[in-house]
This record gives sequence, structure tokens and C-alpha cells, in this order.
Amino acid sequence: MEEEYSGGVEKKFIYINRRVPHGTAYAIESLETVLIGAAFDQDVSMLFIDDGVFQLKKDQNTESIEFKNFSKAYRALEMYDVEKLYVETESLQERGLSADDLLVGVEMIDRARVNELIDQQDVVLSF
Amino acid sequence: MSTLNIINKSPFEKRTLDQCLSRISKDDAVILIEDAVVVAMSGTSYDSQLKTATADKKLYVLTPDLEARGLADRSLLDGLTAVDYKGFVALVTEHDRVHSWL
Amino acid sequence: MKISILVNEGPYQHQASDSAYQFALAALESGHEVPRVFFYHDGVNNGTNLTTPPQDDRHIQKRWSALAQEKGVDLVLCVAACQRRGMVDEGERDRNKKDATNVADGFRISGLGQLIEAGIESDRLVTFGD
Repeated sequence: MEEEYSGGVEKKFIYINRRVPHGTAYAIESLETVLIGAAFDQDVSMLFIDDGVFQLKKDQNTESIEFKNFSKAYRALEMYDVEKLYVETESLQERGLSADDLLVGVEMIDRARVNELIDQQDVVLSF
Repeated sequence: MSTLNIINKSPFEKRTLDQCLSRISKDDAVILIEDAVVVAMSGTSYDSQLKTATADKKLYVLTPDLEARGLADRSLLDGLTAVDYKGFVALVTEHDRVHSWL
Repeated sequence: MKISILVNEGPYQHQASDSAYQFALAALESGHEVPRVFFYHDGVNNGTNLTTPPQDDRHIQKRWSALAQEKGVDLVLCVAACQRRGMVDEGERDRNKKDATNVADGFRISGLGQLIEAGIESDRLVTFGD
């Protein structure tokens, strides 16, 4: 469904992802919102904290559970001009992961900087 | 610039409140709604942690959700402010953005 | 102020839809505008006209529909969420060859763009979910 917005207003949207993918639909639906939202020419950031870091884990194979493997779509975000992906360092460390485990290039930020990032935004979407 | 953070889960079951408090700054506020109101009274094991939080941040609790859970007559934690739905709406307008920690 | 609302959970199971409704009422009574409530995920189930809750319980769908009729609040159900969950209006019925509709008065099905638009055009966006 193509949607156009010509209101001329540009706001800063941040999508905050805090859940493991697949157990619930929140991860894929957040991604779908970002992709649809890209047509509105807004300033978009995605932030992955807490269990949300698993959404970017490499090597997800959903064949056996018969789910669509949407993880590859994070790599396509650049084509939609969604280039600001942030991952919190502490959330990765707590889960025994590192930046090498992620399927896309991101900017790592410390927990202390998360609030600074959110403080620059107009709209926070967190599912 | 400040954020109103909404917490709706009991910290005895989910870590959302901890996760929120570990990241927000002193200009931000937190409102406890739905099941999160169970942590609003004094005398819980979260007492000291929430006292630290209320030292530099504003914490609120939604009265109708407290009443529904039989907790309205208990004494609230020092520094916590009870609001009704109109108070909740006012908080939304007083902060620059709203973040629901679902 | 313009305050729009996002509802991510269905009726009766989780308090989210009730909280969103009480919040919307209070916002209107406080003199604010509630231009749109967007229903996403299981939240789209709030818009079915096939529910029959017991008489002594609140009727969540009718309360929302009344808010649309009396206060002009735009109630939007996410089309992709509706298609997965069997929420059907006349357009969707014809497009997908179904034999019934179940979208209640005051609700309409539209795209996720309506959520983004609400975020752009409202002063605040408040999410209620699980």
C-alpha cells in the first residue's frame, strides 16, 4: 500500500526495540512500521536495547518454525534511507554477545548515552 | 527537554522498571500504571531503590489503578505522587515526549 | 494540544485498551484534541462488532464507537494486522473474497502510514500495550 505524505513537517522518530524476535510479533511489526514510515521522509533512528539486540543476531534460521525470516531486511534499511541504527553496548555484553554477532553495521552506544539519544527525539515508538 | 516514561508491569514479575530507571535522567518522569502500581507503597523490597530514584526524578502513580488493586489506603512511598487520569494527561502535555516501556 | 493514541492489545485480555480509553476521555475532558486512535497488533480486535460481553461488563467496542461518533475521534485499524486476524470491512471483503464483514461503526481500516501521520501531526503520541 503506497502512502504519500506531503505535509512538509519533518520530525525525529525513534523506534525502540527491547524484545527477542519470534516469540511475539513486536519485532517484525516494528520493522514494518519503519519501512512504511520511510515514505514519509522523516528523520528515523532505531535503537536496540535489552532483549531487542537479539533482533540483529546473525544466522537466524526460522525454517523449522515456519516463520518468515525478516532479519535480512535490517540490511536493506539503508536503501530506505534508514541509516541510524544504535545498539547499547551493555545490553550486548549482558547477553554474551558482541558487535561481531550482529548482521548489520550499527553504532554502539553506552547506556549512559541512551537517554541523550532519546532526548533528541519528537516521537518514541516502542512496541 | 524531558520524557514521561510509562511503566505498566509489576517489577516483581518483569524488569521493565529497572530497565527504565537505569537509563533515564533527572529531568525525566515515570508514571506507574496498570500492574506497575503494586510497587508504589512503602514497605516493599523496592523501597530503597525507588527512594534513590525519587531523590532526583519525579515518580507518579495512577490512582484508579491503585484503587482497583485494593491499595488506595496504603501509604505511598515518600516522593511518589498520585494522579488521576486528568493528571496523567497533564503529565503527557508537560513533557516533550512519551515513552511506554512495554 | 493534539494527543493521538496507539493501542497494541486486544480487548478484555489486557488492560491496555481500557487504559487508552480512559486516557482519551480524560484528554477530551481536559480540553485537548484526540485526533486519532490507531489500533495495531492484536489491538485491531477492539474493532469487531461481533462481541457480546456479559451485561454487567463494560462493552469495549461500543465505548470506542461512541467516542468516534460523539467526539469525532478517528479510529483506525491497521490493515496488515486486520488481514492476519480476520477483521474485515466491505473493501477487504470484496478484495479478498470473504463473505462477511465485522468492523464496527466508527472504525475504519487503513495503512500503517496513518500511525506515522498521527505521530507527525499530533503534539504527543501515547502508546498503550503489553
